[in-house]
Amino acid sequence: MSAQGARIGVVTFPGSLDDRDAARAVRLAGAEPVALWHADHDLKSVDAVVLPGGFSYGDYLRCGAIARFAPVMQEIIAAANQGLPVLGICNGFQILCESHLLPGALIRNDHRHFVCRDQALQITNNTSMWTSDFELNEEIVVPLKNGEGGYVASDAVLDELEGEGRVIARYLGVNPNGSYRDIAGITNARGNVVGLMPHPEHAVEPLTGPTTDGLGFFTSVLSSLLQGAAR
Amino acid sequence: MSRHVDTVSNAAATPEVEQPFAELGVKPDEYARIREILDRRPTNSELAMYSVMWSEHCSYKSSKVHLRQFGDKKPASDAMLVGIGENAGVVDIGDGWAVTFKVESHNHPSFVEPYQGAATGVGGIVRDILSMGARPVAVMDPLRFGPADAPDTARVLPGIIAGVGGYGNCLGLPNIGGEIVFDPTYLGNPLVNALCVGTMKHEDIHLAKASGIGNLVILFGAATGGDGIGGVSVLASETFEDGGPAKRPSVQVGDPFMEKLLIECTLEVLHAGLVEGIQDLGGAGISCATSELASNGTGGMHVYLERVPLRDATLTPEEILMSESQERMCAIVPPENAEKFLDICKKWDVVATVIGEVTDTGRLIIEWHGDVIVDVPPRTVAHDGPVYERPYHRPSWQDALQADAPTADKLKRPATAAELRDTILTMTAAPNLASKRWVTDQYDRYVLGNTVLSQPEDSGMVRVDEETGRGVAVSTDCNGRFAKLDPYNGAKLALAEAYRNVSTTGAVPLAVTNCLNFGSPEDPEVMWQFSEAVRGLADGCLELGTPVTGGNVSFYNQTGDVAILPTPVVGVLGVIDDVERRTAMSWAEDGDLIYVLGETGDDFAGSEWAHEVHQHLGGLPPQIDLMREQALSQILVACSRDGLINAAHDVSEGGIMQSLVEMALRSGRGARIWVPDNLDPFVFAYSESATRAVVVVARSEEQRFTDMCGARNFAATRIGVVDSEAADVPALVLDNAYGEAITLPIAELADKHFGTLPAIFGPTVG
Repeated sequence: MSAQGARIGVVTFPGSLDDRDAARAVRLAGAEPVALWHADHDLKSVDAVVLPGGFSYGDYLRCGAIARFAPVMQEIIAAANQGLPVLGICNGFQILCESHLLPGALIRNDHRHFVCRDQALQITNNTSMWTSDFELNEEIVVPLKNGEGGYVASDAVLDELEGEGRVIARYLGVNPNGSYRDIAGITNARGNVVGLMPHPEHAVEPLTGPTTDGLGFFTSVLSSLLQGAAR
Repeated sequence: MSRHVDTVSNAAATPEVEQPFAELGVKPDEYARIREILDRRPTNSELAMYSVMWSEHCSYKSSKVHLRQFGDKKPASDAMLVGIGENAGVVDIGDGWAVTFKVESHNHPSFVEPYQGAATGVGGIVRDILSMGARPVAVMDPLRFGPADAPDTARVLPGIIAGVGGYGNCLGLPNIGGEIVFDPTYLGNPLVNALCVGTMKHEDIHLAKASGIGNLVILFGAATGGDGIGGVSVLASETFEDGGPAKRPSVQVGDPFMEKLLIECTLEVLHAGLVEGIQDLGGAGISCATSELASNGTGGMHVYLERVPLRDATLTPEEILMSESQERMCAIVPPENAEKFLDICKKWDVVATVIGEVTDTGRLIIEWHGDVIVDVPPRTVAHDGPVYERPYHRPSWQDALQADAPTADKLKRPATAAELRDTILTMTAAPNLASKRWVTDQYDRYVLGNTVLSQPEDSGMVRVDEETGRGVAVSTDCNGRFAKLDPYNGAKLALAEAYRNVSTTGAVPLAVTNCLNFGSPEDPEVMWQFSEAVRGLADGCLELGTPVTGGNVSFYNQTGDVAILPTPVVGVLGVIDDVERRTAMSWAEDGDLIYVLGETGDDFAGSEWAHEVHQHLGGLPPQIDLMREQALSQILVACSRDGLINAAHDVSEGGIMQSLVEMALRSGRGARIWVPDNLDPFVFAYSESATRAVVVVARSEEQRFTDMCGARNFAATRIGVVDSEAADVPALVLDNAYGEAITLPIAELADKHFGTLPAIFGPTVG
């Protein structure tokens, strides 16, 4: 498989908002975006999946709690457990936690306000399928925008994540939402499922983003897929 | 059902029944006119419909005679595709693209219930844009509050900001601009104006009309509840009195998730070509949608009101007709398209119900379980409302106000370098000039991925076409103090500022929308302010060649006898053929030259300095010559097109110094500034003369730049140079202030500028 041939699915739930942005980022990274619909049990043979930001099902009940039961999520959970690369951004991260593909939970920001800002991050894992194109400890800036972005987990889980190098990015300078141990994103043990609270899909063009640092997440998965195909 | 329903036949048989028209906001003579139109007393349902549709908010009965000027003085423009009178005007921006934009008020609801009032203000304007067939692509919110440190501001501001953000963020619309202004007159009367921009291809324009006999009337979206009953009449169209009822039930409750589904569903049915006409349900709910659709179309409609899905089964037919429940739309659909229409609604989990059909009877007939409860000519409800020639006269105090000019001997001015330095720090931190990041960081400015410029830039700019880079810029402005001093020129100054802000970013101004916020029209002095402002805006639009595409009037913004500053908020939309060449305010390179375009006089009447330092308002506002404004605009656009400037920023509230401070803070770089020989340093810094901008010019382009300004006979004065090493630390250095240099470290300015709002409203991040 070539990178150009990679097909990356972007799921639209009712209330998804950044699905167009995620599709644009996939395209600018050199892959083909494929629209996936929440109500279908169909992944259209994609090579990877992005769960975009937004307010799936209005975020009523609890962020991601209803989306986790969507038909398409049953397919994604099964495929992720078989190694399909999945990136959950913001609401997508919340859905991945609700789906138990990733540990922990995301709660209301400690300052109780929605916040939108250009956020500095440090990449602390460059072995996951979505971060392999970054340098270890590379500093990047991408937009962050959330109302419920505080990452929380038990000390045991946090120790395990840190011990296994599964924290993929930490907030630098300012912790914008009260996340424990400044955690901005994590991966599963296998490194194929990544949850990230900031929005790399909004940092893919100099014209509209603060940087183009976000592209690295999307090119990483293409590199990872190529390597997987080569093995 | 045991409840008595007032039918048309019952009404005809019981002319003597006393009806509670006054409680519904209907005046005695208006009630008499309804009886005359119908040749009988209205049923309770008919009375409910007329009461909301003839309200000030819906009928523009006090403003209509003045607003006609926007049509009468309309400049010749090829850009207008759809004019005033539709849900929103539509403008041609080239390449087959059209843009619709409009601003509306949601002032009273936001005072009563800040979060929901503001949230549903956003929701309402978004549906207006959607009902033209456009995809909403951006919002912005001009807001006005009482003093920043007043207790009631602490009550309303956080809720209003959270409501604007909560709704817009959840809809996935970037918030790209707006204003936050503090003034004592808005205490108890905050202004929440909401603007939305939508884009579409020309062929996708849709209008609100019910044509084609037998076509179906389909209501889709949220179920109807008891919220917002009488919102336009008893809430929006009356003055608040102390000790009156809370009126909270008249505020609607929003569900942005439902609205997001409604946007996607509506665009899909429109693009599938299934719809003959479409109308959103906002103020006056079903009463408005059915009567307007019928009046604009074939002329008749038959509605079965009991089919309307309800959240509360106990609602009476009158309540259903008046309810302003949010997130509802009404479409006119040919029967052969109905199945496809309903399938698309089902895909988006949107409830859709056929509630009636188009007829040729010329009557709007509404049944309730087999009884006819409404039988009216729809035009009399929708368009033939009362028209008032309200008396108006120049206020008795106007002359004294204008005579009270802020001369140097009346208001003490800084006269030494130390005093000017203190003034600069005070002004940088003044609530009206301080950074509004505390607010705008609660809004998503990134979603949709097309935001090129947003707050605090001069205008918000979004890319419309990803292939060509074609885009639009929008700015809203109004200095209410200028409008109080002279409503005619104050309105022109508001127009000029918005026009300038759009030009500053490199876009060509094309069209105007407005939101005219005033006190009670029953006060002849307020009515004079209104009439003068409308005259000024209409004249100004004619001079500049930018037509008014639509707008909104909000009266009764007063508590007791105290009216707000007259606040004609003006929104200007411009087009830019490639957003890559936009001009931002951040200066980029050391060595670039700083110029001020335009001339600086001694203009402190209505200025931010007079307000902040002396709490003074008097004199005549700065003179405004719109032909000069147009020349400045042409220079700014040409500079963008020819790559002559690296940054630009409008000069308005807070004068040149505020522009320089904002540019320095935006870039983190310092500069060395020198006061032109013929100007007093303080006047140079804080005068608010109109028609000026600060621009940053690369040395290599200086000759071409000055030649171009010279050819247009427009003053361009070099006032400094971008210089990170002007002092030991990055700083703005004012070289020659009363014989000394004033050094203002960027870090010190930043503390002042960014510290004010968090100190008052509490920290957000960090």
